[in-house]
Amino acid sequence: MSRILKYRELLLVAIIIVLIAAFSYRAPGYASPKSLANIFNDTSILIILALGQMAVIMTKSIDLSVAANLSFTGMAVAMLNAAYPGIPLPLLILTALAIGAILGAINGFMVWKIGIPAIVATLGTLTIYRGTAFVLSGGAWVNQTQMTPVFLNTPRMPVLGLPLLGWTAILVIAIVSVVFTRTIFGRSLYASGGNPTAALYAGVDVGRTKFFAFVLSGALAGLCGYLWVSRYAVAYVDIAAGFELDTVAACVIGGISTLGGIGSVGGAVLGALFLGVIKNALPVINISPFWQMAISGLVIIIAVLFNARQERRKGRLILRDAAKRRPSRIEAPVEGAAA
Amino acid sequence: MSIMTADKQSVRHIPDRLSTPIGRLLGSWETLLAAVAIAIFIANSLASPHFLDPWNLSDATYNFTEKAMIAFAMTLLIISGEIDLSVAAIIALASTAMGAAAQAGFQTPALVGIGLGVGLLCGAFNGLLVARIGLPSIVVTIGTMSLFRGIAQIVLGDQAYGGYPPSFAWFGQGYMSDFSWWPTLPGFEVVTFEMIAFVLFAVVFGILLHRTTFGRWIYAIGNNAFAAQFSGIPVQRTKFILFLMTGLMSGFAAVCLTSRLGSTRHTIAAGWELEAITMAVLGGVSILGGSGTILGVVLAAVVMGLVTFGLGLLNVPGIVMSIFIGLLLILVIALPIVFRRIRSRASA
Repeated sequence: MSRILKYRELLLVAIIIVLIAAFSYRAPGYASPKSLANIFNDTSILIILALGQMAVIMTKSIDLSVAANLSFTGMAVAMLNAAYPGIPLPLLILTALAIGAILGAINGFMVWKIGIPAIVATLGTLTIYRGTAFVLSGGAWVNQTQMTPVFLNTPRMPVLGLPLLGWTAILVIAIVSVVFTRTIFGRSLYASGGNPTAALYAGVDVGRTKFFAFVLSGALAGLCGYLWVSRYAVAYVDIAAGFELDTVAACVIGGISTLGGIGSVGGAVLGALFLGVIKNALPVINISPFWQMAISGLVIIIAVLFNARQERRKGRLILRDAAKRRPSRIEAPVEGAAA
Repeated sequence: MSIMTADKQSVRHIPDRLSTPIGRLLGSWETLLAAVAIAIFIANSLASPHFLDPWNLSDATYNFTEKAMIAFAMTLLIISGEIDLSVAAIIALASTAMGAAAQAGFQTPALVGIGLGVGLLCGAFNGLLVARIGLPSIVVTIGTMSLFRGIAQIVLGDQAYGGYPPSFAWFGQGYMSDFSWWPTLPGFEVVTFEMIAFVLFAVVFGILLHRTTFGRWIYAIGNNAFAAQFSGIPVQRTKFILFLMTGLMSGFAAVCLTSRLGSTRHTIAAGWELEAITMAVLGGVSILGGSGTILGVVLAAVVMGLVTFGLGLLNVPGIVMSIFIGLLLILVIALPIVFRRIRSRASA
């Protein structure tokens, strides 16, 4: 299984390199270190959100409320900063993480304790969170002039050629990789998505794992709320509208199986970077930004098709002997009919 | 989630005797919905003196007729265990196609044909990916949602299409009294074309789901697709047809909505997929598939229409209404689960 994942990541790296080469042929300077750092910086927020989304998708769930969470948290933090300029930035960032985590916990609670399917629960909270952002702000914008310079400029401060926003993404990637590969929670994520029944017998609390996956996704969305508002220097209700689809797209492109249990941090990051490279290249090669939505839709479909073929060919079983002993695979009748 | 619920319901509760028909009627979800609809109706008429005006009520039906048309088809799809998140995007694409055709000088019959055709094509594309290739419908339709609306966005950009032929306006703005053959009974001159279409589709989908073999297949597939397959039901073909129907109904809703608004932007019908799903779920359709009725969805459509119309009369902004819709969606799913759990705990 790890061989397939490595293959997927190598393939994505190759595609991204080919894309960058092709774009820089049309527009010299696209592949310069400064421009590449710029692309990474632009994609930072998508990368962070995709990592949270990945944790949720790993457990066979989906979080459609991330962008609404981002909007609400961003609005809350911006209003807090505008009303009380004295609050130090680290405290505001902690507040953003906490608000995001609480909103994520609401999703997680509904999925864990009440048993609402994740897609319905988060479809509901998607409208609720964004609506609450409207109620909170009364529909008003928080403008650049109302926010403090420290609040706005810190993520843009360049360190070694990359703004702090980009470094934040790198930090989050590092932390999430450690969580996924080196902690009990990380193993539980893979186990409860790969085979929930087996995970239960192995002593993994599947529901609780889902809950914490939603909390992680929410907290990262909250962090992105602050990052988004400071990056674009404005907070209003409709920020990041539809961005939840991009996070799902990044995961699907990165080879994270929507059936749960399969995926890697590298895949999600590369999936996000793939979208980021395309998004940044469109204006460079004179294509209207209105194309972006259709392109990401098409890429999602192609990626799902690709994932399904791979999962079917190699199977999703970790124990080969068990697979051999089993007389027939349970998917067999459906596949037979589809062919 | 599936493990936990399976764990708790492993011991079947078998009642000593079945409930009487009257008891079943009183305890049914549909009766509850009807009671809620009547309560909201009374509350609305008390809250605003303008509510009971017949023309006002006729206007109020626009709040749910178009969405309900999609919800009927969506109900069948959800009962079969699939979902279609791309319905609103299909409306956007169909509406854009009709707008482009109207600019090119096509007349009303051609426009309607184009709207329905685009809906059918989009539904076929979804059906192909889900039923033929076997991909999960949630992810596929998230993708096509982005693709269909994305194409509308490419075509339209920040522009809008207008200039539909005058006869086209009839679908979304016409009253049945425009027809000479329609009986001019007192009070019936306010009935709109969309209202008639809503009732007709409710009957057609009701018969299809509850009175035909095809309808039984849908329930069978939703309850156990493997068992359905082994009992000779063409599972994949049935699902494909259901996606086709959902596409076609979205196309029809696009005709009505475009005709009513008289213009097309790429943001047209934004968020309607959520409302159509909420309607189905509020109508008692299990989101996990296998159960639900058309009557329930009809009542849910009326309830949602009355709520949004009542809130509108009270000057509540649209985005705040969406909070209510979201809460409604979650509560409607959560409350039965919570009540069932409390009841099973009390009886244990």
